[in-house]
Amino acid sequence: MNNKQKKSGFSVRSVVATGIGAAVFFVLMKFIAIPTGISNTNINVAEGWLALIAGLFGPVVGLLVGFIGHTLNDAVTYGSPWWSWVIADALFGFLLGLSKRFLALEYGDLSAKKLIQFNIWQAVSNIFVWVVVAPIGDILIYKEAAQKVFLQGAVTAVVNIVSVAVIGSLLLVAYVKSRPKKSSLRSE
Amino acid sequence: MNNLFGYKKRDTWLNHTTGTAKLVGFLLLTTIGMISYDTRFLLGLGLFAVVLMQTTQIKYHEYALMLNLVLVFAVINLVMIMVLAPQYGTQLYGTRHVLFGSGYWSITQEQLFYEFNLLLKYLFSLPFAIILLFTTNPSEFSAGLNKIGVPYKIAYAFAITLRYIPDVQSDYHTISLAQQARGYEISKKASLKARAKGAVQIILPLVFTSLDRIETISQAMELRRFGRQKKRSWYQEQSFSRRDVSVLVGSVIIVGIGIALLLSNGGRLYNPFK
Repeated sequence: MNNKQKKSGFSVRSVVATGIGAAVFFVLMKFIAIPTGISNTNINVAEGWLALIAGLFGPVVGLLVGFIGHTLNDAVTYGSPWWSWVIADALFGFLLGLSKRFLALEYGDLSAKKLIQFNIWQAVSNIFVWVVVAPIGDILIYKEAAQKVFLQGAVTAVVNIVSVAVIGSLLLVAYVKSRPKKSSLRSE
Repeated sequence: MNNLFGYKKRDTWLNHTTGTAKLVGFLLLTTIGMISYDTRFLLGLGLFAVVLMQTTQIKYHEYALMLNLVLVFAVINLVMIMVLAPQYGTQLYGTRHVLFGSGYWSITQEQLFYEFNLLLKYLFSLPFAIILLFTTNPSEFSAGLNKIGVPYKIAYAFAITLRYIPDVQSDYHTISLAQQARGYEISKKASLKARAKGAVQIILPLVFTSLDRIETISQAMELRRFGRQKKRSWYQEQSFSRRDVSVLVGSVIIVGIGIALLLSNGGRLYNPFK
């Protein structure tokens, strides 16, 4: 029975996590956004949520949550998805999902060292995604001016690093606190 | 749930077209519009989209907010490019016709033409998106996605998203009101720090109810043996009629015109300055 499930790769829990994850991502992106003053660049609470959901369910769920959530938000707000940024956000979810292994959130143990590692990783991912992937996508797909897209990308990267560092870390800590510790049960 | 996208039952031919046909048409047309920088093509496509939208009886006030947001977005972006890269147009088109000014800040015909193209690109897809969102029952999207080759588990995840956005929204609203009653301020009046603190007080409960929700729903779905089979059928799935085929054929013809123009221009740009 379990073999069959493993073959298809994507468990029921992952399907639901993707669905609900994207719904929450969408709502957070749409309702709790603190503008920075540069066009379509907000302090993004949704990215913090993406960090938690990707850290819990892994890269594939992270990728899909970023993709679906961002596409829907763009479609409802601007009429059509801005694909280069959608791809960037999906990739960001994927990269954060890679931290699932070493975070091991389910077992309720999050040391300061792990938290620092996580934040270094998210900063690296943010810079890669928003300063490299998104602007290059803008230039290739939309032929936008390089000066503009790199400025936008740099601002987004900084803003997202801060939002994930604050909101993301906070959510990780709160989640771990709510879980029982791995060693809390002892056989007698 | 239908309010989110402004879907309403209207009695027009585009309403009766299946979600799959509209989704494929939308993807084809916006993709070719995204690739092409041919002004004539984009103008034509935009006009076509507006005419098409007229046939769907969507009222102006229904999409006014969306239109304003897109216009603001477009203007900010155009001004940013003007300030940060005022000579990008000459670089793209390879010629230089100065209208006025000099040096870094000189305004060239090429720059204005490039920005006009960009404006068209920001705007042309809006009517298509409005048609797609306002005339398609959201539940049809997932059936449509599955039909064009997206694995059904991903299509189903998308369906769950659409289904639960209103629930999450109402959760958010309830939590927000409860926290405001306790004195947390999240409106624009508060300082940035107070707003951030207020936001956190809303997010934490929202996150935990959502995580609980994931457990509940996945257990229910597992009990109903979701994901056992390689395929699934969809309640909202409709079979193709002549109308749907004509939507698809029409989109393919337009894409063909776009590609022909790409070839005749020898690239994505249409250059009137040569």
